[in-house]
Amino acid sequence: MKAKKGAISVMMGNVVAANAARLCRPEVVSLYPITPQSEVAETMSGFVSDGSLNAEIVEVEGENSAMNVCRAASLAGARTFTATSSYGLVYMYDTILETAGFRAPVVMVNVNRETPGIHAVSSGQQDMISTRDAGWIQIIVENNQEIADQIVMAYRLAEDYDIQLPIMVNYDGYYLSYLNEEVEIPLQEDVDAFLAPLKDQPKRPRIIPGKATGAGTHGMEMGYVEARYKHWAAMDRVKNKVDEIDKAFGDYFGRSYGGQIEEYKMADADIAILASGSAAGTAKEVVDAKRAEGIKVGLVKLRLFRPFPEERLVQALKGKKAIGVIDRSVCFGWKAGPMAVELKSLANKLGTMPILSFIDGLANLDINVPHINRVVDEVNGAAKGKPYQEVTWIPLE
Amino acid sequence: MVIKYKFQMQTEAPWSDANQKMLALDTGGWRTERPILDKALCNYCGLCSIYCPVQCMKDKGDHYEVDLTWCKGCGICAHECPKKALAMKPEGDFTNEG
Amino acid sequence: MAAKMLASALLVEGKHVASFPMYGFERRGAPVVAFTRFDDKPIRLKTQIYEPDCIIVIDPGLLTLPTLFTGLKADSFFLLNTAKKDFKQPNPALKTCGLVNATGIAVQEIGRDIPNTCLLGAFAAATGWLSLDSVLKSLPEYLSGADILKKNMASAERGYKEVEVIKW
Repeated sequence: MKAKKGAISVMMGNVVAANAARLCRPEVVSLYPITPQSEVAETMSGFVSDGSLNAEIVEVEGENSAMNVCRAASLAGARTFTATSSYGLVYMYDTILETAGFRAPVVMVNVNRETPGIHAVSSGQQDMISTRDAGWIQIIVENNQEIADQIVMAYRLAEDYDIQLPIMVNYDGYYLSYLNEEVEIPLQEDVDAFLAPLKDQPKRPRIIPGKATGAGTHGMEMGYVEARYKHWAAMDRVKNKVDEIDKAFGDYFGRSYGGQIEEYKMADADIAILASGSAAGTAKEVVDAKRAEGIKVGLVKLRLFRPFPEERLVQALKGKKAIGVIDRSVCFGWKAGPMAVELKSLANKLGTMPILSFIDGLANLDINVPHINRVVDEVNGAAKGKPYQEVTWIPLE
Repeated sequence: MVIKYKFQMQTEAPWSDANQKMLALDTGGWRTERPILDKALCNYCGLCSIYCPVQCMKDKGDHYEVDLTWCKGCGICAHECPKKALAMKPEGDFTNEG
Repeated sequence: MAAKMLASALLVEGKHVASFPMYGFERRGAPVVAFTRFDDKPIRLKTQIYEPDCIIVIDPGLLTLPTLFTGLKADSFFLLNTAKKDFKQPNPALKTCGLVNATGIAVQEIGRDIPNTCLLGAFAAATGWLSLDSVLKSLPEYLSGADILKKNMASAERGYKEVEVIKW
């Protein structure tokens, strides 16, 4: 480990995010406040105002413009940062599609909150799910320390010359955004050192005043196909890169998270549960308790959601007798939650074990220990050949 | 799927029932202080009732009385009363502390 | 804010902490509940708390909430901000209670009804889970200005000294 020890203090999730972003030295920031992200915007504004962040801050009237500003700045070569949630994320939908299509490596924090349709100011992953086809990298974190560390890793990933894609760092609204936990904020010199390898790369394309460059050109027929294909191929390259960067982070800072997924007590597990976000932390406690009862269960914590970490998941889950997937969102049109649907699509490589879908934790409802106990028990039952439900809405039962 | 939860809404979509007086939310639970009337000072002018944002001042024939089910404790009635007959007292004084 | 200060004070003691609020409507004066956990090992549990060891009630108006004492562990502790010196046992699970006039002390020491720091001192004294010293050490992080810091430290100390502990 090369990094010096940073200051440890109790810090709220949103404030952690702003601090981590500040340390990465973005040059242009543009944010619009929305619950439960507001403190990210407030803290960033404070940093620019008191001089601790030397960035151009563009105050905008809404998230759509915030993303336009970030995308434009990014295409001019600047490092950028923004944050949003729910209504804000969907308000910037057209612009986030452009950001990804134009290959602008914007880093954005998305504080997970339920989407419009039913007005809710509460935690849920529906916003991330609603934008999963936008062509962004999407990563989900479990606790405040991981918020800080993943934002630093996000810049290293997004701006990698082989990647050049925008990235959404997701964390649960309320459960993490307002969580006060002890966090070690890395030192500026160490974040600089960790992001320094980006400077050794060739310079990515950018708008240069006076030079005839066009960003995001109109795509006709084969031009469109070529651009789409290159974007699609870059997404595929993200997977190994996430593992590489996680390892490099671990070597430098002494903390690593498993990369695309974290495998918790999976090696000798008979059954497995898949969870993401803060619920994964709770799930680890349940796994330990169930193991003490003699049930050999393991947890796969899904960190990388887009691209879907197919290979790592197959490697971790192949041969298990049954799998339970906890989704904090809804997948309209399928008899399972979104992550469960995606996992089930790997059946030809995973095997034909039962994959049970559990929908829980919507609208600030807690994914608590009794709920996860139930998930393990039902998956265990399915593994033993007992009849099981394809999908269970835990709050309704 | 076996749903044990008893659905509360009558409609498919999340519409609220604007039955009676549109007072469907438990605004009484929001209160941190409540208006207390000194009946001797009240001249039954009705200004408290006119100003009350939730219209929860009930006409009692010779004075007005607050309906604590809806009273949010905003204090506008006490502020507007020309006779200073209403005073805002902390809710804590009224909890059943036995 | 009080929950965050408590978390910082517990960090000074060398504990691992996790604390978060839950609230409904976004408006001033809405009831807020904050869940705080502390432990000697890192806290992975990120759920609401169903079986508290302790409940702190900052606004006595909330005592009418029917679910206030649900799930309390047997032998749990209750801290109430009140001017009363005595209190009837509100629930059989509660065995000890701390009564402190945090509002009164805060108004005297700080000049405003901000009972948080006083309650922290009272909490430390009544539970014994952390020292007054840790509470005082954690305050500078939140209070800038020598004067306001001094006033809050005085409020915390008075909370520590003046809390009435009743065992039922």
